[in-house]
Amino acid sequence: MSDKEIVISVRNLTRNFGERRILNGINLEICQGETLVIMGGSGCGKSTLLRHLIGSMKPDSGEVWMFGQDIAKANEDELDQIRKKFGMLFQSGALFDSMTVGENIALPLREHAKLDEDIISIIIKMKLELVGLRGFENLMPSQLSGGMKKRVGLARALVMDPKIIFYDEPTAGLDPVMTGVVDKLTIDLTRKLNITSVVVTHDMGSVFRIADRIVMLHQGNVLQIGTPDEIKHSKNPIIQQFITGAAEGPISFMQTGDNYLEHLTSKIKE
Amino acid sequence: MILESLGKTTLSVIKQTREVFLLLGQSLYWFFVGPFKKKPVSRKGFFAQTVFAGVESLAIVFFVDFFIGMVLAMQSAYQLQQLGATIYVAALVGVSMTREIGPVLTSLVIAGRVGAAITAELATMKVTEQVEALETLSLNPVRYLVVPRFLALLLMLPCLVIVGDLIGMFGGFVVGVTQLHLTPGLYFDTTINFLTIKDIMTGLLKSAVFSIIITMIACHQGLSTEGGAEGVGRSTTRSVVTSFILIIIADAILTALFYFAKT
Ligand SMILES: Nc1ncnc2c1ncn2[C@@H]1O[C@H](COP(=O)(O)OP(=O)(O)OP(=O)(O)O)[C@@H](O)[C@H]1O
Ligand SMILES: [Mg+2]
Repeated sequence: MSDKEIVISVRNLTRNFGERRILNGINLEICQGETLVIMGGSGCGKSTLLRHLIGSMKPDSGEVWMFGQDIAKANEDELDQIRKKFGMLFQSGALFDSMTVGENIALPLREHAKLDEDIISIIIKMKLELVGLRGFENLMPSQLSGGMKKRVGLARALVMDPKIIFYDEPTAGLDPVMTGVVDKLTIDLTRKLNITSVVVTHDMGSVFRIADRIVMLHQGNVLQIGTPDEIKHSKNPIIQQFITGAAEGPISFMQTGDNYLEHLTSKIKE
Repeated sequence: MILESLGKTTLSVIKQTREVFLLLGQSLYWFFVGPFKKKPVSRKGFFAQTVFAGVESLAIVFFVDFFIGMVLAMQSAYQLQQLGATIYVAALVGVSMTREIGPVLTSLVIAGRVGAAITAELATMKVTEQVEALETLSLNPVRYLVVPRFLALLLMLPCLVIVGDLIGMFGGFVVGVTQLHLTPGLYFDTTINFLTIKDIMTGLLKSAVFSIIITMIACHQGLSTEGGAEGVGRSTTRSVVTSFILIIIADAILTALFYFAKT
């Protein structure tokens, strides 16, 4: 990895929501052209980490360097310039519901690139084709299923030909075939166009198909960073439980611990 | 306990007031500076908002102001008849419609219709990550969402108020002619004689201020929404209630200013 250029570098990133510390000193480096997968339990702060990477949340402390600039300290104009170089697929798709699918995809083009309407319409068709939605450009987002919205969101993220793409659970809610299609798209973008991908996902199948490296988050910390092989053969019981999906293990879901009864009856004692 | 919660409320009011003024500042910035940075207000968005806030509000403004004009005529006739001065109904309706009832009532109606719609829309966009998506596409939400709404209402509310004033006076006219045995010509002349340009201008000035209150409160509430569908509902209610209160307060202040400025 060391021979490659580092495009994103996260240093000691911390973030609290009220009293709760969600990110607790994250350190992370992402190289040009790799696919980095971020894993971790639901609610452990993966989306929050992505929001800090794209500059839509400011850290309480720490730095996020992208294209040689600390985006935590960049002003609006600088941020705008950086933002034009990456695309983001939101967990919910985040399509603008007052616009058609085509207008959603065309919006960044119309606002930032002075292109002919004919060319824009060709680009829309191309991007829709990529995500398997040919002929859907005149539908409204409310007429789409959850998985389709997500794919339109992906098409919109791709429209400015970004250098980095952030995906928040791109395959959640997709059928196995569509999951395969989106995975293949991610792989193609990285291998053929040398695009850097940062993917948050829970889907173990996808993880091992697409990842060059994997980051495991746990309780606001980076538990381990490694290649898929290293993660697969990790000695860490938390990671093993996460990969195999066992209900019993160090990630305790059921509160069978000794304080459970205490917790249940805490109101009564008062 | 009481002191503590009072202190907290005061702090939050101060913070929100600050935010609203910041939003107003940013809106003005994007309106004036945007075109020079090659980022003008979207004409399409402005046009759509103009139609929504203005044209589609006509029906309810007609309805409300017509009946208020009638009520105003009947109420004042009840008093003026005892003095044998029924003809002054025309003057009273005209002046109070243009100076006070027209701007305030129309603005309240619009706060309920347009303000609530703006908050609900922006709040939904906020909780479904659409506002964030705009930002990541390098589209400033204030420039893209707030400014078109702000300009549209700033233009349309005074127009609606003029329409409302005329309709209100017409409502009074209907009562005057059919119930109070005034001739149409006399009623018309009396209205014209007692109305001054200043009456109409104060009404329009008021409505411009009210329009700023409505859009700024509505957009601020919408964009600061958190917490899903419930949050959207809460923001919408708060937006309408806050606009109502602020419109009334601003009305009192402006009326006092005009009153003392005259003497
Ligand atoms: N705006 C916010 N205000 C307060 N708390 C928040 C906010 N956003 C997220 N959180 C909290 O931060 C934690 C992490 O949230 P986040 O959305 O990053 O989780 P996640 O890892 O993406 O989970 P999932 O896999 O379910 O999407 C959660 O416990 C959540 O309650
Ligand atoms: Mg998430």
